[in-house]
Amino acid sequence: MLDATPKTQFKREALRINSCKTCQPVGALYAALGVHRCMPYSHGSQGCVAYHRTVLTRHYKDPMMAVSSSFTEGASVFGGKSNLTTGVKNVFDIYQPDIIAVHTTCLSEVIGDDLKAFIQDLDIPEGKYVVHSNTPSFKGSHINGYAAMMGGFINYLSQTTGQTNGKLAVFPAWSEPSDLRLLKSYLEQMGIAYTLFPDQSGVVDAPMTDHFEYFPKGGTTIEEIQGLGDCTHVLGLGEWTVPEPCAVLEKKCGTKSILLPYPIGIQNTDRLLMTLTDLTGKPVPYAIEEERGQLIDLILDQHIWTSQKSCAIFGDPDFILGVTSLVLEMGMLPKYVLTGTPGHAFPKMCQALFEAYGVEDQCQAFEFDDLFDLHQFIKNDPVDVLIGTNYGKQIARAESIPFVRAGWPVLDRYGHYLWPNIGYRGAMRFVERISGAIMDHVDAVCPDEDFDVVM
Amino acid sequence: MPHTDILTERKNFIGQGGGKTVCCDRDSVSGAVSQRACVYCGARVVLNPITDAYHIIHGPIGCSSYTWDIRGSLSSDDELYRNSFSTDLSEQDIVFGGAEKLTRAIDEVVAKHHPRLIFVYATCIVGVIGDDVEAVCRQAEQKYPLRCIPVKSPGFSGNKSYGYRMACEALMALIRPAPRPAGRLGVNLLGDFNLAGEIWIIRHYLEIIGIPIISTFTGDANYDTLMQSPQARLNLVQCAGSMTYLAGQMEEEFGIPFIKISFFGREDTSASLIRIAQALGDSGLIARARAFTQEQEARLLPFEQAWREGLAHKKAAIYVGGGFKAISLIRQFNAMGMETVIVGTQTGKAEDYELISQLVGPDTVILDDANPAELERFLKEKGADLLVGGVKERPLAYKLGLAFCDHNHERRHALAGYEGVRNFTREINLSLNSPVWSYMGGSI
Ligand code: SF4
Ligand code: SF4
Repeated sequence: MLDATPKTQFKREALRINSCKTCQPVGALYAALGVHRCMPYSHGSQGCVAYHRTVLTRHYKDPMMAVSSSFTEGASVFGGKSNLTTGVKNVFDIYQPDIIAVHTTCLSEVIGDDLKAFIQDLDIPEGKYVVHSNTPSFKGSHINGYAAMMGGFINYLSQTTGQTNGKLAVFPAWSEPSDLRLLKSYLEQMGIAYTLFPDQSGVVDAPMTDHFEYFPKGGTTIEEIQGLGDCTHVLGLGEWTVPEPCAVLEKKCGTKSILLPYPIGIQNTDRLLMTLTDLTGKPVPYAIEEERGQLIDLILDQHIWTSQKSCAIFGDPDFILGVTSLVLEMGMLPKYVLTGTPGHAFPKMCQALFEAYGVEDQCQAFEFDDLFDLHQFIKNDPVDVLIGTNYGKQIARAESIPFVRAGWPVLDRYGHYLWPNIGYRGAMRFVERISGAIMDHVDAVCPDEDFDVVM
Repeated sequence: MPHTDILTERKNFIGQGGGKTVCCDRDSVSGAVSQRACVYCGARVVLNPITDAYHIIHGPIGCSSYTWDIRGSLSSDDELYRNSFSTDLSEQDIVFGGAEKLTRAIDEVVAKHHPRLIFVYATCIVGVIGDDVEAVCRQAEQKYPLRCIPVKSPGFSGNKSYGYRMACEALMALIRPAPRPAGRLGVNLLGDFNLAGEIWIIRHYLEIIGIPIISTFTGDANYDTLMQSPQARLNLVQCAGSMTYLAGQMEEEFGIPFIKISFFGREDTSASLIRIAQALGDSGLIARARAFTQEQEARLLPFEQAWREGLAHKKAAIYVGGGFKAISLIRQFNAMGMETVIVGTQTGKAEDYELISQLVGPDTVILDDANPAELERFLKEKGADLLVGGVKERPLAYKLGLAFCDHNHERRHALAGYEGVRNFTREINLSLNSPVWSYMGGSI
């Protein structure tokens, strides 16, 4: 059996087993894909970016463009300035993006390359841009890399003219393209002028045409990023991930920010919509209210199947905070909530949620942890459902637990990136999948006499 | 508009059929969307299939998390290799050195499990911060009854091929001290990673002919089988790109000769089985090999005939890792009546390209370490119907409206041997003749 995890727990400090995070550059790369006609650029050896493109390709099943400085032994000793200079020139010459977003790697960080100075010395073609962010993987995780790259764009591009452009800026934590599409549809239904940054929809989920585009239609435009400084407010969606880019923008342009939880679940979505109304005076249209009603109806219809059921949730901080909130609303018990991303704020945020539902004695949250630990927790005190990335499938199989794939990455299924997680629609999908997983399991293991065609 | 100029630096990496060669085995150009991976990646994919080893990645987390359980190598026993172990280096370790953390990580593995074999991979920054990984491994071997083998694989020190070589050195370090009783009848299979259980197919063929496989490198291998490998009489080298070096070393140190073989495609499978028997020099074996291959081919022919109609005259493009695999694929396409219009590899050697250019027509494009721009340009120019490649090429093929078959880690079915020909043919047909193509490019 696929189960090398012993039940007895032991103390580990130096050894990471079955990580629940990955490195900063892939987050920077993903953020950069959310900018229109942008080429992500990894300043380091060629291997890192090959891996980053591969994992994104395996998740979205689409080609992901990014380049690297292709460090050799020489660059690792003498620094990577000439590699960057040649690389940037080559990229503009051959792929002709409007902007190149450079992120560092462990290697270029350790050798101490000064990207800011390197970029100042570059010969950048008229009307084109090169921005950068520092993304050492020995700190944080891919989530920090995503936030850092957002900050990089803002630092280089955003300005204030002193006059507001009347738009609301929205900074989402790491999101699936489907969620960005849903967010935009809410804003559009409410008639709110906005800039969503970054916006990978239309890039990583581009439709089938019969030709290949290096730069598909989607992405926040450079003008929009420049205009962030003139937005009325910035709405940060994800209290863990986006405070940093919000702060960068506020510092540079004075734009005030409002932070909200990532809008997964009823209350988090309610708060998003109420905040939008507060900020703009525009009412929530009936169509959205109707969705909310449908969601409540669904939760009620199926509640005997999910109430009191325990679950384990793992993945990225903001995403799983949202999922935790939703399962609590469904009357479930999120026994273990675990992220690999380091940061003490995360367990505190989870704790506040547990307390709001009076389940703090039965639920635990972990940061900077891994899936080997999660497996051991589950072996010692099982759960009814497991919710997380594809890497949960080993645990789910070994322990025979219903498994709901959610978050990033999901490398072993198709089409998930087309359906939302956020908003009322996203919550409906979660409820359907969670109850479905539990009921499929019942169908699979129950004795014949309990096997029922109506459930 | 896609831009399909070719970087001037890349011109020498592109050639045509008819005997001319291309530049290869160099590093990628800065700023190119290269399909090529790093030294560590090369070393990891070669060693990871060893099922009962602890593969500890010494470095920051990324290098290990991207390589967790991705090879698609199957095991008949241990599943340990499907976990991911890393020292997850933090800023502190970078400043003060990570050797001590590595020592503790090994201690932690030993404390709870009972490893007999650990590989420690040194990634890019480990060399730069100056950790003495070899010393840590040596100390671990002194402290505990186990083998702890360093794999020197900083990504920048070359390309994937160099990583293969580092893996081979690690394997030699492992098996060098093994006892060596006089050669027994049996072979080692090098360069097969048991993707979709392919080793089991080959093992079965050889068993029928009467040739036992002693050890496999490295698909479905474990400590015990590897340590028996020096007893073999002959080494069979399948994925030549990754394993020729090891075969050379084993010949030099253990006196085991090797032959290069390939089990992809009908022609190469039969030829290889007969050559193995010939190399062992036993007339009984040779006779059985001939009989077996004839019988298998006879059974395969009606199948090939039946499918030929749907496939003949389709144009295939090949973009794979090693040169040897490309060669087998060209032969199989020829057998299917298909034309190979593009051949590219990531790590092909000069001699591979020479043979390739002889096997294909003068108009066939030959590429080394192609980027998507080049691939796209030639796929269109040559009117290819099908691309055979790896994970990064699949979506590109689909976006261009081409059928696709994964001949890499993500293959769904065994592609080796006669069964492999059947699977390969069905899979290609499935993709080439899917109804989805009729909806392409149309509007509502
Ligand atoms: S070196 Fe750093 S940036 Fe590169 S893959 Fe490893 S962790 Fe990621
Ligand atoms: S850091 Fe080096 S070893 Fe790790 S993935 Fe990048 S190139 Fe490869």
